[in-house]
Amino acid sequence: MDDVGVRVTARPPGTIAAAWLIARKDLAIEFRTRTAFLSSLVFAVLALCILYFAWDESVIAPADRAPGVLWVVVAFSGLLGLQRSFSIEEHDRGIDALLVAPTSREAIYLGKAIGNLLFLCAVQAVTLPALVLFYNLPVGQSLLAVAAIMLLATIGIVAVGTLFSAMAVNTRMAELLLPMLSLPFFVPVLLNAAQATTRVLGGRPASEAWPWLRIIIAFDIVFVVACTMAFPYTLEE
Amino acid sequence: MTAAPTVARTAPATRSRTTGPVFDWLFVVAALGVMGIYVRAIYFTPIEATQGAAQKIYYLHVPAALAAYIAVSLTALMSIVYLWLHDERADRLAEAGAEVGLVFLTVVLTTGPLWGHQIWGAWWAWWDMRLTLTLFLWFVVAAYLVVRGAVEDAAMRARFSAVLGILGALLIPFIHLSVYLFQARLHPMPIVLKPSEPSLPSEMLTTFLLAFVAFALLCAAFIRMRYRVGVLRDRAAEMLA
Repeated sequence: MDDVGVRVTARPPGTIAAAWLIARKDLAIEFRTRTAFLSSLVFAVLALCILYFAWDESVIAPADRAPGVLWVVVAFSGLLGLQRSFSIEEHDRGIDALLVAPTSREAIYLGKAIGNLLFLCAVQAVTLPALVLFYNLPVGQSLLAVAAIMLLATIGIVAVGTLFSAMAVNTRMAELLLPMLSLPFFVPVLLNAAQATTRVLGGRPASEAWPWLRIIIAFDIVFVVACTMAFPYTLEE
Repeated sequence: MTAAPTVARTAPATRSRTTGPVFDWLFVVAALGVMGIYVRAIYFTPIEATQGAAQKIYYLHVPAALAAYIAVSLTALMSIVYLWLHDERADRLAEAGAEVGLVFLTVVLTTGPLWGHQIWGAWWAWWDMRLTLTLFLWFVVAAYLVVRGAVEDAAMRARFSAVLGILGALLIPFIHLSVYLFQARLHPMPIVLKPSEPSLPSEMLTTFLLAFVAFALLCAAFIRMRYRVGVLRDRAAEMLA
């Protein structure tokens, strides 16, 4: 285990240190198998291509539908990554080892959330260039702004998605339940992110995107706090 | 159910296991009240000048919406109470509120487009915040009930649904704000034909207030019935265990 940085010390790690260890553990598993990353990535790029053909090119320009397409793809490829977050713990009851570890349950949530955030960001780091490529978007400063919007939105998506992933694995129909639970909660994030992206890519001043971003930031703060507090209730007692 | 919480809840649990009949006077009174409202709305309330007979759906649509909000608020409130006190009665009330709320939300979502088609000329208006909010509330409540059905363990089911009830209550203001911003940027709010008139003639107002009372009673009756069904179900489950 020492390759993920676990050292035997007299004192258990603090919340943030423990969370980081858990995130590194998840990312190490993912890095070695790469199954979830590859499937999320292929799904995202495939969805970009399929959605291209869903509209008549001569009626709506590809650049006009790029923001909407981007956020649909982000939501669904994100779900694929989130699904795996707690299902990997179910095999061989890995979750039991996490529960008996000398760390708070909040740290488990934060660790899982950080792991998911990095995972989703890695998928998006490929999705955005693929969008630029397939939808012929201009390369420039506006893409940096879109990346910033994606980071803000992904924090909110991961906050609720991680909690629901923990709940869904304990139910009879985990794969079906996660999208049903998560998507209504993604609505404020996706709606505002898509509107902000439309304005940024349309070359509008940043002040026009700000009202939308404000709601995403508020969502991030409220749901990171609420889900961290709620997480201990979703574990077996 | 794990051993420890069961022992902790023994006292309130046994008290709540005795329950009245599922159908009782409250339901009869509420059902008669709703029938009376139909008669009054159709025959004894004037027809609205601009909207015509279509406006009569108002006496069903708006009270149903208010009843839905009461039921769903009960679920959110009882979710907090459950996480605080771990009382299974709070969980059963939350369950009853969600199920009854879903029924009334469905009524709102059915009557809304019927009315909108006549008045707006469109089945659905995304810029109407109440309708859009009601739709997303419907999705959250539906997810809540699916979770309830998908967890085997009773204590875990209660905890999961309480968490979802509270998070759902936190979500609603965000959806409201988002849709508000969405419609404010794209459409002005309707002024002439907005769905709820601020000033109603007294006969219409009386019908509306009576309709609201009748629907509130029906909501209360349904919740009580659903709660009692829950008690009977839990009792049956305990006898089988």
